[in-house]
Amino acid sequence: MSLPTTSTQSDATRTAVEVRMEGLSRHYGSVVALDNLDLTVQPGELIALLGPSGCGKTTTLRLLAGLEDADTGQINVAGRDITRLPASKRDMGMVFQAYSLFPHMTVQQNVAFGLRLRKISSAKRDKRALEMLELVELGSQADRYPHQISGGQQQRVALARALAIEPQVLLLDEPLSALDAKVRAQLRDQIRRIQLEVGITTLFVTHDQEEALAIADRVGVMRAGRLEQLAPPTDVYSRPATSFVAEFVGLSNRLAGIVTGSAVTVRGHDLPLVDPLTPAGPVTAIVRPEAVTLASDDTGESGPMTGTVIASTFLGATSRVTVDLGDTTIMAQLPTSEATKLPAGSRVALTIRPDPVLVSADSAVASEG
Amino acid sequence: MAGLNPPLADLAADLTGRPAAARRPGGLRAVQRRRLNVFRYVAFTIFGLFFLLPLLAMVRFSLEGTKLGTWSVSAWTQIASYPGPPPLLSSIEITLELAVITSVVVLVLVVPTMIWIRLRARWFSKVMEFICLLPLTIPAIVLVVGLAPIYNRIERVNVSALMLFWAYVILALPYTYRALAAGLNAVDATTLSEAARSLGARWGTVMFRIIVPNMWQAILNALLLTVALTLGEFTVAYLLTYVNMQVNLFEISRSAENAGVLFSASAATLLFAFILLLILSYAGRRMRRGRP
Repeated sequence: MSLPTTSTQSDATRTAVEVRMEGLSRHYGSVVALDNLDLTVQPGELIALLGPSGCGKTTTLRLLAGLEDADTGQINVAGRDITRLPASKRDMGMVFQAYSLFPHMTVQQNVAFGLRLRKISSAKRDKRALEMLELVELGSQADRYPHQISGGQQQRVALARALAIEPQVLLLDEPLSALDAKVRAQLRDQIRRIQLEVGITTLFVTHDQEEALAIADRVGVMRAGRLEQLAPPTDVYSRPATSFVAEFVGLSNRLAGIVTGSAVTVRGHDLPLVDPLTPAGPVTAIVRPEAVTLASDDTGESGPMTGTVIASTFLGATSRVTVDLGDTTIMAQLPTSEATKLPAGSRVALTIRPDPVLVSADSAVASEG
Repeated sequence: MAGLNPPLADLAADLTGRPAAARRPGGLRAVQRRRLNVFRYVAFTIFGLFFLLPLLAMVRFSLEGTKLGTWSVSAWTQIASYPGPPPLLSSIEITLELAVITSVVVLVLVVPTMIWIRLRARWFSKVMEFICLLPLTIPAIVLVVGLAPIYNRIERVNVSALMLFWAYVILALPYTYRALAAGLNAVDATTLSEAARSLGARWGTVMFRIIVPNMWQAILNALLLTVALTLGEFTVAYLLTYVNMQVNLFEISRSAENAGVLFSASAATLLFAFILLLILSYAGRRMRRGRP
């Protein structure tokens, strides 16, 4: 489906801005919600902030939107300091986790609300509202009230409403979390498509790693009010900066290993290191399940890389197989067609693909993560 | 078990020793529904009679002629011309004006305050609730003792019974608060206000163009309760020596020859209040039409 070209799109593309947050901190009593955060979003970029509950991702968004005040730090948008500017003057479109359409207004009135506040003439704002609704494929629902449309449609209207005012920055606060899986995936793709078309600088907050990896130019993984890693999705997944990132983004096996030179030896396999400067010694290596392959072992011999299948979880195209290695267990992610050949109780031989692995110094831990 | 196929239903019947049909939730529900309906009709009839019989007796009395067994509408026609003192019509007029003033003042005071507290000063909500519910715990006579010195001063400036609205605002506070709190709880005021602010709305716009339109039903309920309270108030007005409609009706009742007017005026007031409340509740339904 092709997108309608609107004045909003061209204007917004022209005015994509940089967002720079420096030394932002926010405390709630003794709780540190945000701890000296530095984050720069490039013009037209979509950054997804990912992290567990309470890590400070929503607080970051709310500080940027002006819905809360920072204790310390500075926020610059397009080079202008907006740290003390009220929310109503920040020129940011926001989509909330909770359905936030105004219940007493029709869909079109909702989208036109921001334009009305900007004293745009009735004809112009109606035209713009309809354009925005067409953009989110809801032009036919213009006269309906929010309670007459589905949750997914409400979030699309909220997106149209946020974009209608031609904001400098688009803020998305877990807009998909209340939706079912299918609608969620559809709307996620639609948000990304529209964001690319409009070219607006966007900050997307989510606790869903799949969502973050699928939608973002860069993913910022947060923990305890700090950014653990800010990198493209592939880097966050395949070259995690910390063991927290490795464990939070995707599943991982934690296996005992020994660093020697620029490699780590895990159960007899030499694997390259993400950080070649890791000091030698015992470590815990973090190995992704998809880096582990299994083959049926009919020899009956035991060794560090042979084990017994104890469980298999069907995930659709792939299956996750858990193997007991005697002193620990390991997960492998295989195509379902292969996994079905290895029922529980099967003897299997393992190989680990030599992808760069992250290691952590807590060598005592040697079980799967 | 309604969804079971016949052999399974029979098996269930065998296991429980009861016929499958008797165990069907559908059948059970139908029996329960019938019982509930019977209970509803009986309860409605009893309470209906309890409330209606005295009213019908009042209307009947107001229509009695001077001789036993005759009928007359003179008591009703006298309402407008009843000389008093003070004239009945003027006391009705004052009571209606009081209802309007009290409603406006209490809503203007409480609606923005409650919204503001919800959005900006949530920590104050318990104090607000305590203050608003306090009048419920104070007997009218105690309230009058407290208000009397204030009214002595007010009377130096204005002796109109309309000044009763100060006291009535206090009396109406608990009911207004409760109705509005229920309405405010039904709206996600925080998210709506944040959405509006992110679109460029100032606090005034948030309050009056976003939150208030979503609590019209609650505002109408508060209005309805305030009007009902004002129309029926007697104690404070009487003890503060003001004459409103209820006080006037009480004065009329003291002379036996005017009993017909007393009852016709009471019935007329009741009818008026009923129609007014009906209009308000109809207006509320109209406003909600097409909305959640």
